[in-house]
Amino acid sequence: MDLHFGDSKPTDEERAAIDALLGPPESSWEGADRSDADLRWARGGREARERRDLLLPGLHAVNDRIGWISEGALDYLCRRLTVPPAEAYGVATFYAMFSMKPRPATVLHVCTDLACAAAGASELCAGVEARLGLGSGVAVERSPCLGLCERAPAALAIKAGDPVRTAVSAPATVERAVLAASSPDSAPEEPSAALAVPQAAEAGREELVLLSRVGVVDPASLDDYRAHGGYTALRQAFAIGPAGVIREVTDAGLVGRGGAAFPTGRKWQATASQPDHPHYLVCNADESEPGTFKDRVVMEGDPYSLVEAMTIAGYAVGAHKGYLYLRGEYPRALERMEHAIGQARARGLLGDDVLGQGYAFDIEIRRGAGAYICGEETALFNSIEGYRGEPRSKPPFPVEKGLFGKPTAENNVETLVNVLPILTMGAQAYAAIGTGKSTGPKLFCVSGSVDRPGIYELPFGATLGELLDLAGVRKRLRAVLLGGAAGGFVRPDELDIPLTFEGTREAGTTLGSGVVLAFDDTVPLPRLLLRIAEFFRDESCGQCVPCRVGTVRQEEALHRIVGRTGADAAPDIALLREVGRAMKDASICGLGQTAWNAVESAIDRLGAYE
Amino acid sequence: MTLIPLGIPRRLLEFTIDGEPVRAPEGSTILDACRSVGKDVPTLCQGDTLTPKNACRVCVVEVEGARTLVPACSRKAEAGMQVQTDTERARHSRKIVLELLASSVDLSTTPEVAGWLKEYEAKPDRFGPDAARLNEEPKIDNDLYVRDYDKCILCYKCVDACGDQWQNTFAISVVGRGFDARIAVEHDAPLTDSACVYCGNCIEVCPTGALSFKSEFDMRAAGTWDEPAQTETTTVCAYCGVGCNLTLHVQDNEIVKVTSPHDNPVTHGNLCIKGRFGYQHVQNRD
Repeated sequence: MDLHFGDSKPTDEERAAIDALLGPPESSWEGADRSDADLRWARGGREARERRDLLLPGLHAVNDRIGWISEGALDYLCRRLTVPPAEAYGVATFYAMFSMKPRPATVLHVCTDLACAAAGASELCAGVEARLGLGSGVAVERSPCLGLCERAPAALAIKAGDPVRTAVSAPATVERAVLAASSPDSAPEEPSAALAVPQAAEAGREELVLLSRVGVVDPASLDDYRAHGGYTALRQAFAIGPAGVIREVTDAGLVGRGGAAFPTGRKWQATASQPDHPHYLVCNADESEPGTFKDRVVMEGDPYSLVEAMTIAGYAVGAHKGYLYLRGEYPRALERMEHAIGQARARGLLGDDVLGQGYAFDIEIRRGAGAYICGEETALFNSIEGYRGEPRSKPPFPVEKGLFGKPTAENNVETLVNVLPILTMGAQAYAAIGTGKSTGPKLFCVSGSVDRPGIYELPFGATLGELLDLAGVRKRLRAVLLGGAAGGFVRPDELDIPLTFEGTREAGTTLGSGVVLAFDDTVPLPRLLLRIAEFFRDESCGQCVPCRVGTVRQEEALHRIVGRTGADAAPDIALLREVGRAMKDASICGLGQTAWNAVESAIDRLGAYE
Repeated sequence: MTLIPLGIPRRLLEFTIDGEPVRAPEGSTILDACRSVGKDVPTLCQGDTLTPKNACRVCVVEVEGARTLVPACSRKAEAGMQVQTDTERARHSRKIVLELLASSVDLSTTPEVAGWLKEYEAKPDRFGPDAARLNEEPKIDNDLYVRDYDKCILCYKCVDACGDQWQNTFAISVVGRGFDARIAVEHDAPLTDSACVYCGNCIEVCPTGALSFKSEFDMRAAGTWDEPAQTETTTVCAYCGVGCNLTLHVQDNEIVKVTSPHDNPVTHGNLCIKGRFGYQHVQNRD
């Protein structure tokens, strides 16, 4: 390919940000000053193109340091990686956290999504915008879910520089959010991750399996993790071998916790048996479903458990490299995971010879940049590879052709950490938890109109009512959203639904990723549905027509019927049903296929417009 | 003599389309198989020389056992598959997709689509007069071709043709996200400031007329574009020795545009700037 670069030059700082990531350029072909030797040889080509996956980290590097990405910076990054500028521009404009236009160094993201909306996000936004007007040096952006639902409303300040500074304000008041934005360094530290696990404080932690260490271990200390049972599962894995691990996971009946509920053992077996090499392991930590925050709490409170679980998974599927795709809005989880991975590497628990067993495995963190769709497994691969985060069509499935076109096992954080108790307690004891078809413990993210929002761990089979009782559900409950924006609403008289995959399916709803958002009757339902529609319109990648246009038509129809009921709303509801059905049937990926679920359930089960 | 590459012999798969037994070579798509038995499924983003992107979703069909509908253009046929091309479910999705498209962009220069809208009883107007659409003025920033975003359905064909599948220039890509996604060059600049080499291969594959020759665009604007009155003559390009075939589209004794046959083993439809646009000297009669 014959790349064309414009005349824009990077500033010294932009160049420094990129060189800090990639090292100094080796020749003028990569953007260095031209020497005599450069005129006689050509560099780049295959070697440079194979580094395309550094495009997203490169965009982060510039955006972190400068606050936005200029033409000169993008062109320089493209030279360094031999990426066509048009493609890099397409990638950079895909992500919400990047700006291609100059903007203030500090951006305050104020969450406007479901839990925060119910906790007064619009007043917070208005207040913050009034205080931080033009000339304040802060750009205020209304943001989709920041994954801080248990402390709603929430705001996240990001101040560009070297290093980039972040501050989370949750629960946020106008004053605290403004303070976080104006001086992120002096903002009060976030409360401990343990506070997101109210169950531990209430009933003791004996019955907790997955969350047993959150708030107990020092998340920065590998020794503390080991003192609390860490790395016994990995030792067990080495004792029984990769096939043994897969057998245990299969016998335990573990299914994916991200929403699709695919049997993990089968996925691992299929990946492990592929003749093509190398194999990859990808941990999906891009939870961006409104109402979901469990992976964040696990990574913040017990980061080594994920490192250990990824090592075991990598060992089982025959991978020597694991990617942890972490959503960009989680600064503390990023910091904790980076630290944990570094420590594990320093202590021989990652690297060429894990635990002296002759098995090589390492983990690389990749940060997302604000795109819900990148939680879709194939979109995530594209994102890591340096392409737009658009889902691929399946088949071929990731176990056959995944990351970099190689066999890949992808699991989310919660699924992976379940592997630890499976190996320590044994498949049978694990499978005894929960019900026959949904085995093991499950994490639920409870927020909204409850007294003790947070993550709850319950064996599969507990009812929705039991869960809400634990969380202290408030009176005058109007609706519960199960599974997040892609899930469905249920009525207050349906609280005996058992929280299992089969139970929710029988009740005509879904467990999804384990979101339980409670809304009392102060929350205006049509407004909530509009927010869900807005979310999907914003987050559609735009690749296929049913989703790209359908989500817009859905939002338009909901706008038309806000405040209408009965016959006034009927024609638009009929239209919504027709469009929704086609979106469900004809969209490429799960985003478009589920974008109409919550609205449909609100109409059918809650009588939203009757 | 036209060379027809035969390739290695392939196994035949047996499956059914609309209940009829069909045999198709391994590797063919459902759409290939449908066409081989004389059944056509509408499609916009499928291109005969490009890897199907299956973004338009007009060609969805029902496959027994699949949770959702599948795009016929890209799903490979499998032995034992039971395909239904014309069920109520597939027709419903096709109708809605056509409505969504026709309500958001101008399909007036898209071949065949008027017939499909009629066949599937699509009523794009029912989303109301306020339905969001692009409504953007055509971009005219050079003398060779025009980009009319109001007609763009984001089929990705021009991106693929400009990129690794044909031209290897990588001047255009999809930028932005969702309904705001659009085709653009780097930094959304004018074409003249981009990596574009004006091969026009993107025009060749554009299914809607969003990309067109400036000559065609001007004639359409003037109301003088008259396709039935045009003749097509395929000849060999005289600029170099590669031997690309040119199809000259002539109206009133003037060349109005140049294409290349897609089944030609030299070009597969590709041309360079000279073959595609360098025809004015032929008709310079002074």
